[in-house]
Amino acid sequence: MSDLSYVRTELLPEQDPPLSEVGVIGWLRANLFSGWFNSILTFVSLVLIYLLLAAILPWLWSPTWNAGSLAECREIIAELGKEHGGACYGVIRERWPQLLFGFYPDAERWRPIVTLIGLFVALAPVLFTDLFPRKMLWFSGAFLFAAPWLMWGGSIWTPVLVAAGLVIGAGAYRLLVPRVGNLAAVIAAVVAPLLWWFLFVGPVSSVLAPVIPLGLEVVESRLFGGFMLSVWIGVVSIAISLVLGVLLALGRQSDLLIVKYLSVGFIEFIRGVPLITLLFVASTLLNIFLPPGTNFDIILRVMIMATLFASAYIAEVIRGGLAALPRGQYEAADALGLDYWKAQRLIILPQALKISIPGIVSTFIGLFKDTTLVSIIGLLDPIGLTGSIRADANWNGIVWELYGFIALLFFLSCFAMSRYSMWLERKLRTDHK
Amino acid sequence: MQCTFSDGLIKKIERLDGFGTEICRISLGLKNQCETGFFLTPRVEFAQTIRMEGGPRSSYRYRQGSRIITPETGDIQEEVIMKKSVILGALTVAGVMAGAAQAATLDDVKARGSLKCGSNSGLTGFAAPNANGEWEGFDVAVCRAVAAAVLGDPQAAEFVPTTPKTRFTALASGEVDMLVRNTTWTLTRDVDLKFTFTGVNYYDGQGFMVPKALGVSSAKELDGATVCIQTGTTTELNLADYFRTNNMNYEPVPIETNAEAQQQYLAGACDVYTTDASGLAATRASFEAPSDHVILPEIISKEPLGPLVRHGDDEWGDIVRWTLNALVAAEEFGITSTNIEELAKGTDNPEINRILGTEGNMGELLGLDAEWAKRAIMAGGNYGEIFEKNIGESTPIGLARGLNAQWKDGGLQYAPPFR
Repeated sequence: MSDLSYVRTELLPEQDPPLSEVGVIGWLRANLFSGWFNSILTFVSLVLIYLLLAAILPWLWSPTWNAGSLAECREIIAELGKEHGGACYGVIRERWPQLLFGFYPDAERWRPIVTLIGLFVALAPVLFTDLFPRKMLWFSGAFLFAAPWLMWGGSIWTPVLVAAGLVIGAGAYRLLVPRVGNLAAVIAAVVAPLLWWFLFVGPVSSVLAPVIPLGLEVVESRLFGGFMLSVWIGVVSIAISLVLGVLLALGRQSDLLIVKYLSVGFIEFIRGVPLITLLFVASTLLNIFLPPGTNFDIILRVMIMATLFASAYIAEVIRGGLAALPRGQYEAADALGLDYWKAQRLIILPQALKISIPGIVSTFIGLFKDTTLVSIIGLLDPIGLTGSIRADANWNGIVWELYGFIALLFFLSCFAMSRYSMWLERKLRTDHK
Repeated sequence: MQCTFSDGLIKKIERLDGFGTEICRISLGLKNQCETGFFLTPRVEFAQTIRMEGGPRSSYRYRQGSRIITPETGDIQEEVIMKKSVILGALTVAGVMAGAAQAATLDDVKARGSLKCGSNSGLTGFAAPNANGEWEGFDVAVCRAVAAAVLGDPQAAEFVPTTPKTRFTALASGEVDMLVRNTTWTLTRDVDLKFTFTGVNYYDGQGFMVPKALGVSSAKELDGATVCIQTGTTTELNLADYFRTNNMNYEPVPIETNAEAQQQYLAGACDVYTTDASGLAATRASFEAPSDHVILPEIISKEPLGPLVRHGDDEWGDIVRWTLNALVAAEEFGITSTNIEELAKGTDNPEINRILGTEGNMGELLGLDAEWAKRAIMAGGNYGEIFEKNIGESTPIGLARGLNAQWKDGGLQYAPPFR
């Protein structure tokens, strides 16, 4: 035997992978039919999906858009000879403005729309910090005062003067810090705007209003309704409860005894009570406790209750984030010589909030959906409106179409919130990239 | 608490609610004084503080309508209403306080320019918003008539949707001026809850609906049935009474709204649906196959449904009562929305003339103008017209007049004389 060996000097040309491993077939094999058990599961799932769609799609596909009553819908469907009936979309065509805006006057409906657009513009620099210039935050600040004015109307001077209260507070703080020290200045900065709001805003605004009569037509709370009401209660409660929640979480971690136990007491009390109880307190009990004749806006009452409720949950979510931070972070902040607020603002909270994002967002989504509970106390949110719409003799007996429409609206909103939170988590992730 | 006056008048004090708000009706003479408990503080908005001579805590505020009554003008011998509320008054933070004293509802309504009616958030034929957001229905029409009588404009009625649970608090707290929400007149509601029922706009009774397939022909055969029942209503109590007296058992399926009940019933969650017979008719009319369901012949309760107001303001109660009476009387005397202009020029029938204000001073006695009833009738027609338009036999609900016919036709609708 000679000691010969053959070594190939050139590479074989690359070949396409076998047909069974690539493309559609490959994907199917890898994901759906990778074994006999999985194949059976796939097959069973397909049958189930088919059955489901076969039941739903014919019902959904129903040319009843122009029907004026349930009876007309039934006629149209009977003419088509559908066996299992079909959706009656006429009710959506006739009532969608009501489901969206409630009884908000027709001529004024641009206001909630402008407010909603404004909300997105105002949120943009807050939510997408690197895409939009920071100067837009000024708009966000102004929007806080413009939004209630747009929704409820009235003289423009009220929101302007309320905003002026903040300026007064900041002015008082700047002015007093060098003279009386930090704590006294903080107290003054809180008390001065409160005094301004309670004692001066009303009179000053009624003096200014006739001089420069700028304003929008007043829209009363009882005209608010539909999806707009849910969004309005949801957005306001979410915004305020986040701030309150952070404060409560810090309060609970605080070394100051009174602050700590006040926070603990508040959180535990609110979390120990169902939201529906709080809503009943807002709608009926408060009426009894307040002197008769007192007219305390029902939507405002509901907003306050929803805010308190959400803030207790947010506080606990954020406390989770605070607890997850290694002790070294707190010590490092101390070592840098930062005072309490600076340490919280620059070191602790950015990290704690980042950790808490999924919890915060799911609390928000929960709160937003919980706003439908207001139908129980007689407010006409979308769910409450379904009852009113069905009380119309034309639409008595309609259920799925209305609930489906409302579900779609809520799904879109909640899904958007959820996607945003996932995007935010990815963006803020600093480890293991 | 007791109010003593120098002219020796001591008037009984009516309690408005259990939380220390008291109303006392006094005749104002000069130098009145009012002894109050040490903790009582007076509170009436929109009135100026005046000093009462000799009073221990002598800063009481009185109002009569929008007028301020002072001891100096105290020779006006009219009823004024004074309100006191306990320390709770301190709870009213500025900004929260915006309401007005309740006792003079008529003045509040006039000052506000709108009438707030507690209504059902949706009951077919009785109250529901249409596609334009305007409320329509049989109960709604009563409210519009009152608004027309008091304010001259049927559109000045505002509707505050209430649920069975929230309706009474809404009325008691002053959130609404009157409640027209298919509410049954019962002793406890009248006496214990401190409301005044001002009449009956619909005589109803509780019935049962069952699927025909169940093969039941009498409510007596319903032993062991599951029953869909709206919570917080008198129907719940009637049902329990009826089954107990007939030695039968049932399993309640509690539901919140009529719409929910329909769904539950159609889905077979309960064998029987029970509510007022008018509601059953409306519900059955909306079914795809109404003939598959039967309404059993037994009517197990009396449900006189009517408008109600708070205790303690009889003037306001009178206005609501007589507006309803005017609608019923108008039907009796053949005053309709079409011939009312003609009749208002004067007729040979003095009763018609008195109703329409061409004779007598009925409006003035009520604190309204002469044409109050004319406007009320023009708002939606007389009682019969309102009935036909909203729930009568020409509508999908198709209710017969039955008990609600005029007394001359064998019904119970009977308006006392306008005299």
